[in-house]
Amino acid sequence: MKSEKGIFYRIDLVLVSLYVALVLMGWLNIYAAVYNDSHQAITDLHQKYGKQMVFILASLLLAISILIIDPKFFSQFAYFIYGFFLLMSVVVIFAGREIAGSKSWFAIGGFGIQPAEFAKMATALALAKFLGYLDRNIKHPRTLVIAVSIIILPALLILLEHDTGSALVFFCFVLVLYRAGLSGYVLLALLVIPVLGVLALIINKYILVAVLFTISGFIYLRSRRRARTLMIALAIFLASSGLVFSVHFAVNHVLEPHQRQRINVLLGNNTDLKGAGYNVNQSLIAIGSGRFWGKGFLQGTQTKYNFVPEQSTDFIFCTVGEEHGFIGSFIVIALFLGLMIRIVMNADRQRSKFSRLYGYGVASLFFIHFGINIGMALGILPVIGIPLPFFSYGGSSLWAFTILLFIFIRQDAMRNELV
Amino acid sequence: MERALAYRRLIIIGIFLAVGLIFTARLIYVQILVDKYILSANNNVLRYITQYPARGLIFDRNGKLLVYNEAAYDLMVIPRQAKNIDTAELCRLIGIDKDEFTRRMIKARNYSPYRQSIFEAQITRENYGFLEEKLFRFPGFFVQSRTLRKYTYSIAAHTFGYIGEASPDIIEGDSYYRSGDYIGVNGIEKSYESLLRGEKGMKVRVVDVLNRDKGSFQEGRYDTLAYAGTNLYSSLDEDLQEYGEKLMANKKGSIVAIEPSTGEILCMITSPTYDPNLLVGNIRKKNYRNLVLDTVYQPLFNRALMAMYPPGSTFKLVDALVGQQEGVLFPTTTYSCPGGFSIGNGKMVGCHSHPSPLNLIGAIQISCNTYFCRVFRSIIDNSSYTSTRQAYEHWRKEVMSFGLGRKLGLDVTGELNGNIPSPAYYDKYHGKDRWRSMTIISLGIGQGEIGITPLQLANLAATISNRGWYHIPHIIRAIGKKDSINPGFTEKKFTDVNPAYFDIVVEGMADVVSEGTARASKIDSIDFCGKTGTAQNPHGKNHSIFIAFAPKLNTKIAISVVVENAGFGAAWAAPIASLMLEKYLKRKVSRKDLEERMMNADLIHGINTGNEIGKGHFLPD
Repeated sequence: MKSEKGIFYRIDLVLVSLYVALVLMGWLNIYAAVYNDSHQAITDLHQKYGKQMVFILASLLLAISILIIDPKFFSQFAYFIYGFFLLMSVVVIFAGREIAGSKSWFAIGGFGIQPAEFAKMATALALAKFLGYLDRNIKHPRTLVIAVSIIILPALLILLEHDTGSALVFFCFVLVLYRAGLSGYVLLALLVIPVLGVLALIINKYILVAVLFTISGFIYLRSRRRARTLMIALAIFLASSGLVFSVHFAVNHVLEPHQRQRINVLLGNNTDLKGAGYNVNQSLIAIGSGRFWGKGFLQGTQTKYNFVPEQSTDFIFCTVGEEHGFIGSFIVIALFLGLMIRIVMNADRQRSKFSRLYGYGVASLFFIHFGINIGMALGILPVIGIPLPFFSYGGSSLWAFTILLFIFIRQDAMRNELV
Repeated sequence: MERALAYRRLIIIGIFLAVGLIFTARLIYVQILVDKYILSANNNVLRYITQYPARGLIFDRNGKLLVYNEAAYDLMVIPRQAKNIDTAELCRLIGIDKDEFTRRMIKARNYSPYRQSIFEAQITRENYGFLEEKLFRFPGFFVQSRTLRKYTYSIAAHTFGYIGEASPDIIEGDSYYRSGDYIGVNGIEKSYESLLRGEKGMKVRVVDVLNRDKGSFQEGRYDTLAYAGTNLYSSLDEDLQEYGEKLMANKKGSIVAIEPSTGEILCMITSPTYDPNLLVGNIRKKNYRNLVLDTVYQPLFNRALMAMYPPGSTFKLVDALVGQQEGVLFPTTTYSCPGGFSIGNGKMVGCHSHPSPLNLIGAIQISCNTYFCRVFRSIIDNSSYTSTRQAYEHWRKEVMSFGLGRKLGLDVTGELNGNIPSPAYYDKYHGKDRWRSMTIISLGIGQGEIGITPLQLANLAATISNRGWYHIPHIIRAIGKKDSINPGFTEKKFTDVNPAYFDIVVEGMADVVSEGTARASKIDSIDFCGKTGTAQNPHGKNHSIFIAFAPKLNTKIAISVVVENAGFGAAWAAPIASLMLEKYLKRKVSRKDLEERMMNADLIHGINTGNEIGKGHFLPD
C-alpha cells in the first residue's frame, strides 16, 4: 500500500505527454473545423469546441480517478465490466436513439453516450483477463474458441445496432491473440485476404484464379515433403479461389447499396463526384490543398466552409491536412505511431500477463482506429465511420480512449507490484 | 512459452510502421506531387464576381445627352437555397406564369443547384422597385446590378445601333468577353465597342458549400475595380436629326447631312425607323423579332448606308466635272436639244422642253438630258484613249475618286459600296468589249446599273462645296473629351478632278435653286446650291432625289435627300432639303405650311398621298 503514494512519480510521462499533445491538438482542430466568425471563443459551450473542452476536462478527472484506483480492481472486475457493457449494448438496441441510421446512442440530457465505444475497452480487459491466466494456452482449441467468442460477442451486438464501422474494429484483437501465441499464418491470412479481396474486384476473377493456381503449384513443387504440402497447397488454392468468388458474390448481393458504392468509389469504378464519391473527393481536395506547409491555423477554406462532410468527426483529419499541410499531418501520424509503439514496448516489460495482453489490446485498438480513419480520409480505404482517437469530436470516444489508455498507464506504473 | 514470443512485438511494430509509411507516401502524393486538389479547392470556395462597368455616354454636337445608362437588375437564383417560396407571388412580380417559373428553375438547377444563374435578365429600375421590397421573402433569389442603355430622344436608332449578348463565337475569339456579357451589335455601339465598354472589374469572394457568401478573399487583395467606358461626342445635331425624322415620317427614304469643312455627319435619317428604346433589355428579343418580321417597311434596313439608288440627274454634276478634267467639256461648250438624244434604232433618251441650245451652266440649271448624254459620249469616245474600255476605266476611276461605288469608311457599321459597274460587268452582259458609249449611255444621266447610297450623295454635295475634296464622313467628332478631335478623320481626300473646274458647277447649282428645276424650294434668306434628281427604278414610281449645300461660300451644311417612289426631285426631296437647311442654319423654320405639308404627307400607306401636289408646277429634271 505504501507504494501507492508514489504512483504519480512512476507513471510513464512519455505516454502521458503523447496523450496530452494529441488531445490538445484534437481540440484545436475541432475548433478550426467548426470555427466561424460569429462564434470566436474556443470556450463557447454552445459550439462543438466548447463542448469538447468540457469532455476533455471530464476525461482529466477520469484519468486521475483511474490513477488513484487500485490497479487490481480492473483485473478483478474485468468480466463484470465486460458483462455490463454487453448488457448496455443489448439495451441500447431497444432503448437507444437512432442517429444517422445507427441505433447505438443513449440520450442522457443533451449528450449522447455510445456504449460501443466503451465495449471495446471492456473487451480488451476481458480478453486480457481470460488469456492472462498462466495456464491458458491459445493452441488449446477450447481456449481459442472462448477467446474468439469474447471478441465476437460484442461485435455481433454492435452489428445489430447497424454500426458496421465499430463492429469491424474488433478485428484488431487478432494482434492480441497473435502475441498470445496464435499461429502467424492466421495473421498473414488476415492481411492477405483483404488484398486478395480487392484484387478480386479489380482483376478478372478467372485470371486471378489461374495466378493462384500457379502459386499453389509452386509451393507444392518447391516442397520437400510433397505428400504433406499437396494437401496444404490444395487447401490454399481452394480457399483463395473460394474467396475470390465469394467476394464478388458478397459485394454484388450481400452488401447494402451504399456500402457497395463506397467500395466502387475506392476502386475507382465510381467517379460520380457529386454522389457516392463526394466525401472522399472533398476530403482529398481539402488535404491536397494544404500542400507542404498548410494554409495555417483557421485558414482552411474547404473544412471551414463545410465542403467536407462530417469534418469534426470522421473526417477530422482533413482539417489537419488542409491547415497544417504535409508537415502537420506527418507529425500527427508520427505521434500516433509513437503512442502505439510506446504502448507495445511498455506492454512487453510487464511482469503480469494480464497487464501485457491488455497493453496489446490498447495498442491494437488505437492502431485500427488510426489506420481505418486516416486511410479513409486519404482515400485508401472505403468510407467507414469510426473516430480518430482524441481528434474526432465526441465525449464517448474521448472518454473510452482515455480510460483505455490510463488503465494501462496505471498497470504499467505498478508493473513491479503486479504479477 | 509466451515469453519466447516476445519477438512478435517487433512484427506488430513493423505492421504499425508499415501503415504509417503508406500514409506518409500517400500524403506526399496528394499534398506535394499533384496539383489537381489545390485547383479543385479554389474552384470550391472562390467565386469571381464580375463588376460591370457603365458603358460610355454619347452626346450630340451641342452637348445634349443622347445615350446613357440606367441601372438594371438581373434577378439571380441559387436553386438549392430557393425553398419554401411563394411561387405565385414571385411569378406575379416578374410577370411570368407558373409553367415558365418551373421551366426556368429546372434550367437553373441543371446548370448547378449551388451556383447562381440568371432567372430574369435586365429588370428595369421601375419594375425592380416593386420587387425589391419583397425580395427578402424569396430566399435563394438576389439581384446583380447591370446597366441598361437608355435613349433621351427616340431618334437615330440605326446610327446608335444596339447591344446584345456576346455570342459563343465572340467569346471564343476575344478573351475580354465572358458568357452573359454584352457587346455592341451594330452602329456606333459596335464600331466604338472597345472604347464604350470600359474595363470590367473583378471581386473575389469566398463562399461555403451552400454558396453562401463568406466575405472577400484575402481582404480584397485580388479585387479589381471596374472603369466606366469612354464618353463619345457625336457630330449629330439632335434638333436636325429629330426634325428630319419628322419630315420623313410615312415616307421611305433617307436624309444625310454633312459639315463639309470637317466631314462631320450632322444628321443621318433612315425612314421607316424605330424607337431605339425598343431594343433594350429583356424586351429586346421580342421587339427585334417584330421588326425583322416587318418585311413591308423594313424598319431595320439602314437606308442611309445600305440603300443603293440610281442618282438620276444629280449625277450630271459628276459628268460636268469629269468632262472638264478630261478636256472634252468647257464652260462654253454648247449643245442643242431637239427634245431628246437619239441612241439609234429609233430609240431616244427623252428630254423635256426647254430653251436650246444651252451652255454648261444652263444645262445644269435646266438639267438637260441631251447635253449630258453628249458630254458622257465625248468622255467615253475620247480619241486620246485607244479603246472604249480604256476610256471607261479612266472615267470610272475618276468617278470613284468622289467616294462613289466604294465604301467611304465612316465609323458606323453596315455601310455598303454602292455600284459603279466594272468593265467586266458589261463584258458579261454584252460580250467582251462588245459595248460602246451608246450601249451605256444611261450612265450619263445617272440611270442604269449605277447605284449610290444617300451617304455618298451627301458626300458628293460636300465635295463640290469644298471645290474638290472631302473628309471621310464620320459621326464621332471627339473621344473622351468634348474638344478633342477624332484622329481617324483629319485627312483631306482630293478627287481626281482639278479644283479649278468646280466653280462653274457650283454656279450651275446656284442657278438650279434660284431659277432652275428647284426654284420652288428657294429660301430668300439663304444662298444655297442644289441639284434635283428623279431616278427611274424597277420598283415603281420614280425616286425623288435632291442634293444641296448652303451657304454657297463658307458652306456649313451639305445634304442629300432621297424619297422613294415619290416622283420628281423638285416635288419632295428639294422642299424637304430646303426645310432641313433652314432648320440647321436659322434654327427655326418660317415656312410653316410647307413644313406641315411635308410632315403630314403619307407616301407609303396608300392613303392620300399628296402625289398630285404640284404636278405640272414643278419642272422635271
